Amino acid sequence: MGKAWTFGENMNTDEIIPGRYNITIDPLELARNVFCEVKPEYAPNVKPGDVIVGGQNFGCGSSREHAPIAIKGSQAKCIIAPSYARIFFRNAINIGLPIMECPDAAADITEGDEIDVDLATGQIRNLTNGHSYQANPLPTFVIKIAEAGGIVNFLKNHDIQELMK
Amino acid sequence: MGTLVEEIFSRRAGREVHAGEILLVDVDYIMSHDNTTPLAIKAFREIGKPIYDKSKIVIHFDHAYPAPNLLAAEAQKKGIDFMKEQNITQFYHQGVCHQVMIEEGYITPGAIVIGADSHSNTYGALGAFGAGLGSTEIGVAWVTGKCWFKVPETIRIELSGVTQPGVFAKDVMIYIAGKMGMDGGTYRSIEFGGSYIDQLPMHERIIFSNMSTEIGAKCGLIAADQTTLDYLATETSARGFYEQVRPVNPRYERVVEIDVTDLAPHVSCHPDVDNAKPLSEVEGLSIDEVYIGTCTNSRYEDIEIVAGILKGKKVNPHTRVIVTPVSAKVYKKAMQNGLIEILMDAGCTVTGTGCGACIGRHGGILAPGERALTTMNRNFIGRMGSPLSEIYLASPASAAAAALTGKITDPRPYLA
Ligand code: SF4
Repeated sequence: MGKAWTFGENMNTDEIIPGRYNITIDPLELARNVFCEVKPEYAPNVKPGDVIVGGQNFGCGSSREHAPIAIKGSQAKCIIAPSYARIFFRNAINIGLPIMECPDAAADITEGDEIDVDLATGQIRNLTNGHSYQANPLPTFVIKIAEAGGIVNFLKNHDIQELMK
Repeated sequence: MGTLVEEIFSRRAGREVHAGEILLVDVDYIMSHDNTTPLAIKAFREIGKPIYDKSKIVIHFDHAYPAPNLLAAEAQKKGIDFMKEQNITQFYHQGVCHQVMIEEGYITPGAIVIGADSHSNTYGALGAFGAGLGSTEIGVAWVTGKCWFKVPETIRIELSGVTQPGVFAKDVMIYIAGKMGMDGGTYRSIEFGGSYIDQLPMHERIIFSNMSTEIGAKCGLIAADQTTLDYLATETSARGFYEQVRPVNPRYERVVEIDVTDLAPHVSCHPDVDNAKPLSEVEGLSIDEVYIGTCTNSRYEDIEIVAGILKGKKVNPHTRVIVTPVSAKVYKKAMQNGLIEILMDAGCTVTGTGCGACIGRHGGILAPGERALTTMNRNFIGRMGSPLSEIYLASPASAAAAALTGKITDPRPYLA
């Protein structure tokens, strides 16, 4: 269970973490400056288990993985948005940051709502207003990567061909 | 049978494939740069398996090169040490990665090239599948030689007509970005074609593929034709076997038809690429920095246009005018033909090659309250420095006109 932090549409990677902070790849270091321009109160106040609620096309812009790494480093549990930019979507899966596609939840949740997310079933419950929402299911090979904790961990114990089996 | 992206993947898979299928395919080249290579190395080390085929790996230092600060220097040293350790020799540091990939012949029609950079879409201009991926997947591709893709649906943008003098591919693309929106092409392959594209030279075609990223596209493809083959033969050291790949009885998700005949010069206004307006609507807005550079618009022909406008004149004394040629090859040609001298005499700061001011790391950082007019491809808040600065995108001709007046200015009266 955690608190919702809401963001607008087309949240780009420079807004998630400005380029000048991308000189490190340390998740905790990056997390210190995550959303520093669009929501400076986020980094000092976020708690483990909180969720990011975004708008359409979340994570557009650069291919830099610093953006999902910074969010994962801030210990947010997952992102909920109606849609993601393509590279951000892949990057988040690859580094093991859970992302859920759920237009209903993204439209209904407001900042500070208490949110409970079941990553396995895609069930999202809003304890503040009593609503619940169902996220779109992910393709099985994406789930394989997510369950392994990211593609790097997957490859430690598997051959890449096994992804498609 | 299929769209251009389906044709490319069908050849690779050895069978007919269609949009929606998920494939694991061999990639031809794996590109990364100084900004993204450190994370790829981290993924590579964690996986703990050997490199699959080092001849597929191409590494560039361009984003902040030579290193402007200690942290960048340390990251680059790590990259160099890694290349020495793994005996990786396809290493370049004299130009923006995407341009050098083309010049060095890694990009040919039908090739599948992935890059740890969002503008890897650029390769689509030569009929190759080019797509940007994160660094982790680059590390994965180093050890597997492969990458997974969902074959995308295709939106065809059919362009007809001929532009008026003073209107360039950049203006057309800014107009398209405004029309499609920043997520108008998300997960899609955008295929640019039609009579307008057919008659365009390669340096102008590249704008469309390069900026297909700005509308969210997975790739931005232009089918190879005689112009492509001639360009490959004369301007690049094209490698290996290649042939024209073209769409065959394609089924498009949708077709967007645009007639460019009456288009005026366009500008992407602060703070989004799709905030596109005819230049006349923002004419007179004061400009503190003009930046002519990047993988979008600092090729020889772009510099030639700028030099043509600035020749024998002086830039506005309170406007910084920075010109960053996209590659050493372009720089040398501009120098040999006297263009660099013209720019210097006009008061421009001509920098070394690379990404330069594009990502706000060095060589032209914006202060709070400053406004830039640039030939870049994106204008996100804070990209060139202060989050309180503004970035406007335009053609090299519009940038040169602003350099003279210190304001957003219609370039057409300045073009001979
Ligand atoms: S010039 Fe700019 S857009 Fe192009 S690769 Fe470099 S940083 Fe990216």
